Amino acid sequence: MSRVHDMGGRFGDGPVIPEEEGVMFHADWHPRALAVTLACGSLGLWNIDVSRHARESLAPMDYARFSYYEKWMAALADLLVDTGALSADELAQGKASSDSPLAAKRLEPGAVAAVLAKGGPADRPSTVPARFAPGDTVEIRAFAENVTVPGGHTRLPEYAAGAKGTILRLHGSHVLPDSSAHRLGEAAEPLYAVAVRAVDIWAHPEHPQDEVILDLWDSYLAPG
Amino acid sequence: MPHDHSDHAHPHSLLPSDPALRVKALETILTQKGLIDPAALDEIIDTYENKIGPRNGAHVVARAWADPYFKAALLEDADAVVSEMGYYGRQGEHMVVVENTAQVHNMVVCTLCSCYPWPLLGIPPGWYKSDAYRARAVREPRKVLADFGVTLPEDTAVRVWDSTAEVRYLVLPMRPEGSEGLEEAGLMDLVSRDAMIGCALAGTP
Repeated sequence: MSRVHDMGGRFGDGPVIPEEEGVMFHADWHPRALAVTLACGSLGLWNIDVSRHARESLAPMDYARFSYYEKWMAALADLLVDTGALSADELAQGKASSDSPLAAKRLEPGAVAAVLAKGGPADRPSTVPARFAPGDTVEIRAFAENVTVPGGHTRLPEYAAGAKGTILRLHGSHVLPDSSAHRLGEAAEPLYAVAVRAVDIWAHPEHPQDEVILDLWDSYLAPG
Repeated sequence: MPHDHSDHAHPHSLLPSDPALRVKALETILTQKGLIDPAALDEIIDTYENKIGPRNGAHVVARAWADPYFKAALLEDADAVVSEMGYYGRQGEHMVVVENTAQVHNMVVCTLCSCYPWPLLGIPPGWYKSDAYRARAVREPRKVLADFGVTLPEDTAVRVWDSTAEVRYLVLPMRPEGSEGLEEAGLMDLVSRDAMIGCALAGTP
Protein backbone atom coordinates (compact mmCIF):
# COMPACT_ATOMS: atom_id res chain seq x y z
CA MET A 1 0.00 0.00 0.00
CA SER A 2 1.47 3.34 -0.97
CA ARG A 3 0.95 6.82 0.41
CA VAL A 4 -1.23 9.67 -0.77
CA HIS A 5 1.56 11.41 -2.71
CA ASP A 6 1.94 8.42 -5.06
CA MET A 7 -0.67 9.56 -7.59
CA GLY A 8 0.75 8.50 -10.97
CA GLY A 9 -2.06 7.01 -13.06
CA ARG A 10 -4.86 8.17 -10.75
CA PHE A 11 -8.23 9.05 -12.32
CA GLY A 12 -10.45 12.04 -11.72
CA ASP A 13 -8.08 15.01 -11.38
CA GLY A 14 -9.44 17.03 -14.29
CA PRO A 15 -7.61 19.10 -16.87
CA VAL A 16 -4.05 20.43 -16.68
CA ILE A 17 -4.22 24.22 -16.81
CA PRO A 18 -1.26 25.77 -18.68
CA GLU A 19 0.12 29.09 -17.47
CA GLU A 20 2.38 31.85 -18.73
CA GLU A 21 6.12 31.50 -18.30
CA GLY A 22 6.39 34.64 -16.15
CA VAL A 23 4.03 33.37 -13.45
CA MET A 24 6.17 32.07 -10.61
CA PHE A 25 4.09 32.41 -7.49
CA HIS A 26 0.35 32.60 -6.86
CA ALA A 27 0.30 34.36 -3.50
CA ASP A 28 2.54 36.82 -1.67
CA TRP A 29 3.51 34.23 0.92
CA HIS A 30 4.64 31.61 -1.63
CA PRO A 31 8.14 33.01 -2.24
CA ARG A 32 8.56 33.42 1.51
CA ALA A 33 7.58 29.77 2.06
CA LEU A 34 10.07 28.66 -0.57
CA ALA A 35 12.86 30.75 0.92
CA VAL A 36 12.23 29.76 4.56
CA THR A 37 12.33 26.10 3.54
CA LEU A 38 15.56 26.44 1.57
CA ALA A 39 17.22 28.50 4.31
CA CYS A 40 16.29 25.92 6.97
CA GLY A 41 17.75 23.19 4.78
CA SER A 42 21.13 24.84 5.26
CA LEU A 43 21.02 24.08 8.99
CA GLY A 44 21.99 20.51 8.08
CA LEU A 45 19.32 18.87 10.23
CA TRP A 46 17.93 16.72 7.45
CA ASN A 47 18.63 15.54 3.92
CA ILE A 48 16.35 15.73 0.87
CA ASP A 49 14.95 12.25 1.49
CA VAL A 50 14.01 13.06 5.09
CA SER A 51 12.27 16.22 3.91
CA ARG A 52 10.37 14.41 1.13
CA HIS A 53 9.24 11.79 3.62
CA ALA A 54 8.01 14.52 5.97
CA ARG A 55 5.76 15.90 3.20
CA GLU A 56 4.54 12.43 2.29
CA SER A 57 3.78 11.70 5.93
CA LEU A 58 1.24 14.49 6.23
CA ALA A 59 -2.19 13.09 6.97
CA PRO A 60 -3.79 12.13 3.62
CA MET A 61 -6.59 14.62 4.22
CA ASP A 62 -4.08 17.43 4.77
CA TYR A 63 -1.95 16.38 1.79
CA ALA A 64 -5.01 16.52 -0.46
CA ARG A 65 -6.37 19.86 0.77
CA PHE A 66 -3.08 21.73 1.23
CA SER A 67 -1.70 23.72 -1.67
CA TYR A 68 1.88 23.02 -2.72
CA TYR A 69 3.63 25.45 -0.40
CA GLU A 70 1.24 24.65 2.46
CA LYS A 71 2.60 21.11 2.27
CA TRP A 72 6.11 22.53 2.43
CA MET A 73 5.27 24.67 5.46
CA ALA A 74 3.54 21.87 7.34
CA ALA A 75 6.38 19.43 6.71
CA LEU A 76 8.94 22.07 7.67
CA ALA A 77 7.20 22.75 10.98
CA ASP A 78 7.04 19.00 11.68
CA LEU A 79 10.73 18.56 10.86
CA LEU A 80 11.83 21.52 12.98
CA VAL A 81 10.05 20.05 16.00
CA ASP A 82 11.14 16.47 15.25
CA THR A 83 14.78 17.52 15.11
CA GLY A 84 14.51 19.69 18.22
CA ALA A 85 15.32 22.93 16.39
CA LEU A 86 12.02 24.39 17.66
CA SER A 87 9.78 23.23 20.47
CA ALA A 88 6.09 22.52 20.09
CA ASP A 89 5.54 25.25 22.66
CA GLU A 90 7.37 27.79 20.50
CA LEU A 91 5.19 26.88 17.52
CA ALA A 92 2.06 27.23 19.62
CA GLN A 93 3.16 30.56 21.15
CA GLY A 94 4.46 32.00 17.88
CA LYS A 95 7.66 33.17 19.50
CA ALA A 96 11.07 31.86 20.48
CA SER A 97 11.62 30.95 24.12
CA SER A 98 15.41 30.61 23.85
CA ASP A 99 18.33 31.14 21.48
CA SER A 100 19.38 28.17 19.39
CA PRO A 101 22.83 26.56 19.47
CA LEU A 102 22.33 25.99 15.75
CA ALA A 103 22.43 29.73 15.01
CA ALA A 104 26.08 29.39 13.95
CA LYS A 105 24.87 27.37 10.96
CA ARG A 106 22.41 30.03 9.81
CA LEU A 107 22.47 30.75 6.07
CA GLU A 108 23.94 34.22 5.65
CA PRO A 109 22.81 36.49 2.77
CA GLY A 110 26.30 36.53 1.30
CA ALA A 111 26.42 32.72 1.16
CA VAL A 112 23.13 32.19 -0.70
CA ALA A 113 24.53 32.30 -4.24
CA ALA A 114 27.28 29.83 -3.43
CA VAL A 115 24.97 27.43 -1.59
CA LEU A 116 22.44 27.36 -4.45
CA ALA A 117 25.22 26.95 -7.03
CA LYS A 118 26.81 24.09 -5.10
CA GLY A 119 23.64 22.00 -4.80
CA GLY A 120 23.65 18.57 -3.19
CA PRO A 121 24.80 15.83 -5.53
CA ALA A 122 23.42 12.34 -4.76
CA ASP A 123 26.02 10.22 -6.57
CA ARG A 124 28.33 8.26 -4.30
CA PRO A 125 30.92 5.52 -4.60
CA SER A 126 29.33 2.14 -3.93
CA THR A 127 30.46 -1.41 -3.36
CA VAL A 128 27.23 -2.73 -4.87
CA PRO A 129 27.97 -4.00 -8.38
CA ALA A 130 25.67 -3.02 -11.25
CA ARG A 131 23.78 -6.23 -11.97
CA PHE A 132 22.20 -4.88 -15.14
CA ALA A 133 23.30 -3.30 -18.40
CA PRO A 134 21.36 -1.34 -21.02
CA GLY A 135 19.08 -3.70 -22.93
CA ASP A 136 18.60 -6.12 -20.03
CA THR A 137 15.06 -7.12 -19.10
CA VAL A 138 14.14 -6.64 -15.45
CA GLU A 139 11.17 -7.18 -13.17
CA ILE A 140 10.30 -4.31 -10.85
CA ARG A 141 9.53 -5.08 -7.20
CA ALA A 142 5.89 -6.06 -6.82
CA PHE A 143 5.04 -3.71 -3.95
CA ALA A 144 5.65 0.04 -3.80
CA GLU A 145 6.78 -0.06 -0.19
CA ASN A 146 9.92 0.41 1.85
CA VAL A 147 11.18 -3.13 2.62
CA THR A 148 12.99 -2.14 5.83
CA VAL A 149 10.75 0.45 7.46
CA PRO A 150 7.00 -0.24 7.51
CA GLY A 151 5.24 2.77 6.03
CA GLY A 152 8.63 4.24 5.18
CA HIS A 153 9.84 6.22 2.22
CA THR A 154 10.41 4.73 -1.21
CA ARG A 155 10.71 6.15 -4.72
CA LEU A 156 9.01 3.25 -6.45
CA PRO A 157 5.59 4.42 -7.69
CA GLU A 158 2.68 2.05 -7.32
CA TYR A 159 1.83 2.12 -11.03
CA ALA A 160 5.18 0.54 -11.95
CA ALA A 161 5.32 -2.03 -9.15
CA GLY A 162 5.51 -5.57 -10.50
CA ALA A 163 5.96 -4.50 -14.12
CA LYS A 164 8.53 -5.78 -16.58
CA GLY A 165 10.99 -3.21 -17.83
CA THR A 166 14.11 -2.73 -19.91
CA ILE A 167 17.28 -1.02 -18.71
CA LEU A 168 17.90 2.12 -20.77
CA ARG A 169 20.93 3.53 -19.00
CA LEU A 170 23.02 3.30 -15.86
CA HIS A 171 23.26 6.62 -13.99
CA GLY A 172 26.08 5.49 -11.69
CA SER A 173 25.54 4.84 -7.97
CA HIS A 174 23.24 7.11 -5.97
CA VAL A 175 22.10 7.45 -2.35
CA LEU A 176 19.23 5.04 -1.64
CA PRO A 177 16.24 7.15 -0.46
CA ASP A 178 14.62 4.18 1.31
CA SER A 179 17.58 4.18 3.71
CA SER A 180 18.56 7.84 3.75
CA ALA A 181 15.04 9.08 4.53
CA HIS A 182 15.17 7.19 7.83
CA ARG A 183 18.74 8.20 8.71
CA LEU A 184 19.91 4.61 8.22
CA GLY A 185 22.85 5.63 6.05
CA GLU A 186 23.24 6.55 2.41
CA ALA A 187 23.55 2.93 1.24
CA ALA A 188 24.40 4.02 -2.32
CA GLU A 189 23.66 1.53 -5.07
CA PRO A 190 23.43 1.54 -8.88
CA LEU A 191 20.61 3.64 -10.31
CA TYR A 192 19.11 2.91 -13.71
CA ALA A 193 16.66 4.50 -16.13
CA VAL A 194 14.15 1.71 -16.74
CA ALA A 195 11.68 1.74 -19.63
CA VAL A 196 8.24 0.29 -19.03
CA ARG A 197 5.77 -0.13 -21.87
CA ALA A 198 2.43 1.64 -21.49
CA VAL A 199 0.70 -1.56 -22.66
CA ASP A 200 2.21 -3.42 -19.68
CA ILE A 201 0.96 -1.04 -16.98
CA TRP A 202 -2.32 0.48 -18.18
CA ALA A 203 -5.55 -1.27 -19.08
CA HIS A 204 -6.22 1.40 -21.72
CA PRO A 205 -2.88 2.60 -23.07
CA GLU A 206 -3.09 5.51 -25.48
CA HIS A 207 -0.66 4.09 -28.04
CA PRO A 208 1.14 0.73 -28.44
CA GLN A 209 4.56 2.39 -28.74
CA ASP A 210 4.34 4.66 -25.69
CA GLU A 211 6.64 4.14 -22.70
CA VAL A 212 7.21 5.48 -19.21
CA ILE A 213 10.81 5.75 -18.02
CA LEU A 214 11.55 5.61 -14.29
CA ASP A 215 14.80 5.98 -12.37
CA LEU A 216 15.03 2.89 -10.17
CA TRP A 217 17.66 1.55 -7.79
CA ASP A 218 19.29 -1.85 -8.13
CA SER A 219 17.46 -3.28 -5.10
CA TYR A 220 14.09 -2.38 -6.66
CA LEU A 221 14.85 -4.75 -9.54
CA ALA A 222 15.20 -8.46 -10.25
CA PRO A 223 16.33 -10.15 -13.46
CA GLY A 224 13.32 -10.33 -15.78
CA MET B 1 12.40 -0.42 14.68
CA PRO B 2 13.65 2.70 12.87
CA HIS B 3 11.80 5.83 13.71
CA ASP B 4 8.95 6.75 11.43
CA HIS B 5 7.05 9.84 12.47
CA SER B 6 4.02 9.23 10.30
CA ASP B 7 1.80 7.97 13.06
CA HIS B 8 2.76 10.61 15.59
CA ALA B 9 0.96 13.88 16.17
CA HIS B 10 1.72 16.55 13.57
CA PRO B 11 3.23 19.64 15.22
CA HIS B 12 2.31 21.81 12.22
CA SER B 13 -1.28 21.85 13.51
CA LEU B 14 -0.04 24.12 16.33
CA LEU B 15 0.55 26.93 13.81
CA PRO B 16 -2.19 29.26 12.54
CA SER B 17 -4.24 27.57 9.83
CA ASP B 18 -4.18 30.54 7.45
CA PRO B 19 -1.17 29.84 5.21
CA ALA B 20 0.08 33.43 5.05
CA LEU B 21 -0.01 33.64 8.87
CA ARG B 22 1.64 30.22 9.07
CA VAL B 23 4.63 31.34 7.03
CA LYS B 24 4.85 34.60 8.94
CA ALA B 25 4.77 32.75 12.27
CA LEU B 26 7.50 30.32 11.23
CA GLU B 27 9.68 33.09 9.83
CA THR B 28 9.26 35.11 13.04
CA ILE B 29 10.13 32.27 15.39
CA LEU B 30 13.09 31.14 13.29
CA THR B 31 14.42 34.68 13.02
CA GLN B 32 14.10 35.22 16.79
CA LYS B 33 16.03 32.01 17.39
CA GLY B 34 18.77 33.10 15.04
CA LEU B 35 18.14 30.19 12.65
CA ILE B 36 17.31 32.29 9.60
CA ASP B 37 18.21 35.76 8.39
CA PRO B 38 15.35 37.49 6.51
CA ALA B 39 17.94 39.12 4.23
CA ALA B 40 19.03 35.64 3.12
CA LEU B 41 15.40 34.85 2.28
CA ASP B 42 15.26 38.00 0.12
CA GLU B 43 18.40 36.82 -1.64
CA ILE B 44 16.92 33.37 -2.36
CA ILE B 45 13.71 34.92 -3.72
CA ASP B 46 15.66 37.36 -5.90
CA THR B 47 17.67 34.46 -7.33
CA TYR B 48 14.62 32.55 -8.52
CA GLU B 49 12.60 35.60 -9.53
CA ASN B 50 15.34 37.35 -11.47
CA LYS B 51 18.46 35.25 -12.06
CA ILE B 52 17.59 31.59 -12.63
CA GLY B 53 14.79 30.68 -15.04
CA PRO B 54 13.83 29.02 -18.30
CA ARG B 55 15.95 31.37 -20.44
CA ASN B 56 18.94 29.33 -19.15
CA GLY B 57 17.46 26.19 -20.66
CA ALA B 58 16.55 28.03 -23.86
CA HIS B 59 20.18 29.10 -24.17
CA VAL B 60 21.28 25.45 -23.97
CA VAL B 61 18.68 24.37 -26.55
CA ALA B 62 19.57 27.18 -28.98
CA ARG B 63 23.23 26.22 -28.84
CA ALA B 64 22.40 22.56 -29.39
CA TRP B 65 20.34 23.46 -32.45
CA ALA B 66 23.13 25.62 -33.86
CA ASP B 67 26.13 23.41 -33.11
CA PRO B 68 26.09 19.63 -33.76
CA TYR B 69 29.26 19.07 -31.71
CA PHE B 70 27.75 20.90 -28.75
CA LYS B 71 24.57 18.87 -29.14
CA ALA B 72 26.48 15.57 -29.21
CA ALA B 73 28.39 16.56 -26.06
CA LEU B 74 25.17 17.68 -24.36
CA LEU B 75 23.38 14.39 -25.05
CA GLU B 76 26.46 12.45 -23.94
CA ASP B 77 27.25 14.32 -20.69
CA ALA B 78 24.86 17.18 -19.92
CA ASP B 79 26.40 17.86 -16.48
CA ALA B 80 29.75 18.79 -17.98
CA VAL B 81 28.22 20.95 -20.69
CA VAL B 82 25.73 22.90 -18.57
CA SER B 83 28.33 23.35 -15.81
CA GLU B 84 30.60 25.02 -18.32
CA MET B 85 27.76 27.41 -19.18
CA GLY B 86 27.29 28.25 -15.48
CA TYR B 87 24.01 26.37 -15.17
CA TYR B 88 24.91 23.81 -12.55
CA GLY B 89 23.27 24.02 -9.12
CA ARG B 90 20.59 23.01 -6.67
CA GLN B 91 18.05 20.58 -8.17
CA GLY B 92 20.17 20.17 -11.28
CA GLU B 93 23.09 18.15 -9.97
CA HIS B 94 22.55 15.22 -12.35
CA MET B 95 21.25 16.44 -15.69
CA VAL B 96 20.18 14.31 -18.63
CA VAL B 97 18.98 15.89 -21.89
CA VAL B 98 16.59 13.85 -24.05
CA GLU B 99 16.09 14.68 -27.70
CA ASN B 100 12.75 14.84 -29.47
CA THR B 101 12.68 13.36 -32.97
CA ALA B 102 10.01 12.53 -35.51
CA GLN B 103 9.95 9.04 -33.95
CA VAL B 104 9.96 9.88 -30.22
CA HIS B 105 8.46 12.74 -28.22
CA ASN B 106 9.75 13.10 -24.64
CA MET B 107 7.83 14.51 -21.67
CA VAL B 108 8.98 14.99 -18.08
CA VAL B 109 6.94 14.59 -14.89
CA CYS B 110 7.49 13.83 -11.21
CA THR B 111 4.54 11.72 -10.08
CA LEU B 112 5.80 11.46 -6.48
CA CYS B 113 6.54 15.14 -5.80
CA SER B 114 7.73 17.93 -8.11
CA CYS B 115 11.35 17.22 -9.17
CA TYR B 116 12.39 19.66 -11.87
CA PRO B 117 15.68 21.03 -13.31
CA TRP B 118 15.83 24.32 -11.39
CA PRO B 119 19.15 25.70 -12.74
CA LEU B 120 17.85 25.39 -16.30
CA LEU B 121 14.13 26.12 -15.89
CA GLY B 122 13.75 27.93 -12.55
CA ILE B 123 11.07 26.89 -10.10
CA PRO B 124 8.33 24.70 -11.58
CA PRO B 125 5.06 26.19 -12.85
CA GLY B 126 1.85 25.55 -10.93
CA TRP B 127 0.55 23.00 -13.42
CA TYR B 128 3.73 20.90 -13.19
CA LYS B 129 3.13 20.56 -9.44
CA SER B 130 -0.60 19.94 -9.82
CA ASP B 131 -2.28 16.66 -8.95
CA ALA B 132 -3.76 16.58 -12.47
CA TYR B 133 -0.39 16.64 -14.21
CA ARG B 134 1.28 14.27 -11.75
CA ALA B 135 -1.59 11.79 -12.01
CA ARG B 136 -2.26 11.94 -15.75
CA ALA B 137 1.08 12.50 -17.51
CA VAL B 138 2.18 8.88 -17.15
CA ARG B 139 -1.17 7.30 -18.05
CA GLU B 140 -2.49 9.59 -20.78
CA PRO B 141 0.31 11.86 -21.99
CA ARG B 142 -1.45 12.53 -25.29
CA LYS B 143 -4.56 13.83 -23.57
CA VAL B 144 -2.33 16.01 -21.38
CA LEU B 145 -0.62 17.32 -24.50
CA ALA B 146 -4.08 18.12 -25.88
CA ASP B 147 -4.65 20.33 -22.82
CA PHE B 148 -1.65 22.32 -24.11
CA GLY B 149 -3.02 22.35 -27.65
CA VAL B 150 -0.45 19.85 -28.92
CA THR B 151 -1.30 16.91 -31.19
CA LEU B 152 1.47 14.50 -32.18
CA PRO B 153 1.59 12.50 -35.43
CA GLU B 154 0.14 9.01 -34.99
CA ASP B 155 3.51 7.38 -35.69
CA THR B 156 5.37 9.33 -33.01
CA ALA B 157 5.89 7.38 -29.75
CA VAL B 158 5.72 9.17 -26.40
CA ARG B 159 8.32 8.61 -23.73
CA VAL B 160 7.33 10.02 -20.34
CA TRP B 161 10.24 10.42 -17.92
CA ASP B 162 9.08 10.10 -14.30
CA SER B 163 11.76 11.85 -12.21
CA THR B 164 11.86 9.34 -9.36
CA ALA B 165 15.52 9.94 -8.38
CA GLU B 166 17.87 12.95 -8.28
CA VAL B 167 18.40 12.85 -12.05
CA ARG B 168 16.75 15.86 -13.72
CA TYR B 169 15.58 15.75 -17.32
CA LEU B 170 15.43 18.48 -19.95
CA VAL B 171 13.73 17.93 -23.30
CA LEU B 172 15.57 19.10 -26.40
CA PRO B 173 12.70 20.07 -28.73
CA MET B 174 12.89 19.55 -32.51
CA ARG B 175 14.25 22.56 -34.29
CA PRO B 176 11.40 24.15 -36.26
CA GLU B 177 11.47 24.56 -40.01
CA GLY B 178 12.20 28.08 -41.17
CA SER B 179 14.66 28.76 -38.34
CA GLU B 180 17.77 28.20 -40.50
CA GLY B 181 18.88 31.81 -40.69
CA LEU B 182 18.39 32.69 -37.02
CA GLU B 183 21.16 33.64 -34.62
CA GLU B 184 21.24 32.37 -31.03
CA ALA B 185 18.95 35.06 -29.61
CA GLY B 186 16.36 34.41 -32.32
CA LEU B 187 16.50 30.67 -31.71
CA MET B 188 16.09 31.16 -27.96
CA ASP B 189 12.85 33.04 -28.58
CA LEU B 190 11.41 29.86 -30.13
CA VAL B 191 12.09 27.77 -27.01
CA SER B 192 9.40 27.96 -24.34
CA ARG B 193 9.65 26.53 -20.85
CA ASP B 194 6.82 24.14 -21.68
CA ALA B 195 8.71 22.86 -24.75
CA MET B 196 11.66 21.92 -22.53
CA ILE B 197 9.31 19.92 -20.26
CA GLY B 198 7.86 18.27 -23.36
CA CYS B 199 4.39 19.82 -23.12
CA ALA B 200 4.82 22.10 -26.13
CA LEU B 201 6.67 22.11 -29.43
CA ALA B 202 9.21 24.76 -30.36
CA GLY B 203 7.67 27.92 -31.73
CA THR B 204 7.72 28.80 -35.42
CA PRO B 205 9.74 31.81 -36.65
